[in-house]
Amino acid sequence: MKQNGYVKAVKAAFPYTIPVLTGYLFIGIAFGVMYQEKGYNFLWAILMSILVYAGSGQYLAVNFFAPGVSFLQIIFLEFMVNIRHVFYGLSLIEKFRDMGKKKLYMIFSLTDETYSLFFITKVPEGVDEHKFLFSIALLDQLYWIIGSAIGAIAGTLIPFDTTGIDFAMTALFVVIFVEQWLTSRNHLPALTGIAASLICLLIFGSDNFILPSMICIMIILLSGRKVMEEKEVVENAD
Amino acid sequence: MPISVERSLLIIVVCGLVVFTTRAIPFVLFSGKKEIPEIVKYLGKVLPPAVVGMLVIYCLKAVNVVKFPFGLPEFIAIFVVVVLHVWKRNNLLSIGVGTVLYMVLIQTVFA
Repeated sequence: MKQNGYVKAVKAAFPYTIPVLTGYLFIGIAFGVMYQEKGYNFLWAILMSILVYAGSGQYLAVNFFAPGVSFLQIIFLEFMVNIRHVFYGLSLIEKFRDMGKKKLYMIFSLTDETYSLFFITKVPEGVDEHKFLFSIALLDQLYWIIGSAIGAIAGTLIPFDTTGIDFAMTALFVVIFVEQWLTSRNHLPALTGIAASLICLLIFGSDNFILPSMICIMIILLSGRKVMEEKEVVENAD
Repeated sequence: MPISVERSLLIIVVCGLVVFTTRAIPFVLFSGKKEIPEIVKYLGKVLPPAVVGMLVIYCLKAVNVVKFPFGLPEFIAIFVVVVLHVWKRNNLLSIGVGTVLYMVLIQTVFA
């Protein structure tokens, strides 16, 4: 019985994860290629994709495998590149609350893509919500692991020019953005995200704008709470 | 390998722990409490659309609008993704067509 619940959940989750499948395979491959060029074979790539599981985090980490990089540097840089994730869980505390043993993995596997997917997926009827969410998270990591292994083994043998294939990730976020836009009537949060990030990108440059963006977004959303909630109430009354 | 196996393993473990820490912080801060503060519930609602907006910009951070090809491949492909998605509401179709179009654009038209 228990097994059946999972089969059902994975089947229900799979279609939602297909965009991540495409994206992760290819950015995973890119990571595998980069790591392999440093002299680390596919087993290392797999190990890192199992234990670290972060796109930009792993791209950055490839540079740590060189003489003269201190652990202090590693911790600092890795933390900075991933700091946006500090804010993600705020939206999921209730959702994950009663997930028991699965909860730890749900938190561990909370990448940008998985996080975003949670907000456009609807749990199908008759499917256990916790198993469904867990299946999405697990499938996504599997794609990532497989992608990085392929990259490390055969990245250089891929017969067609894959330049630009990582655009799948951009397209995924654009689709999620549009989907959210169409399903919600208060567009202020979405616009805040775009505007604050654009302004911070112009001020702080492409390497350092994420943390300031995140802080600006938090400040605007928190200080605009009254406006946002009033808008919500008015819209619900329509 | 440029450094020892032990050090390589340690780097992976340290990176894993740091990444996990960033993801776990909000859960550590609020999980113990019975009642989640209103303000956190509010953030939980309004933060996701804002973050996704930020991630779109993040993906485009390397685009240079004052130098050839002026971000045209990105903007054209995103325009197509948006139109296609509003029209068909099919995730896979929007992402697939957008990605292939982008690849063709940067490999041929704007190469």
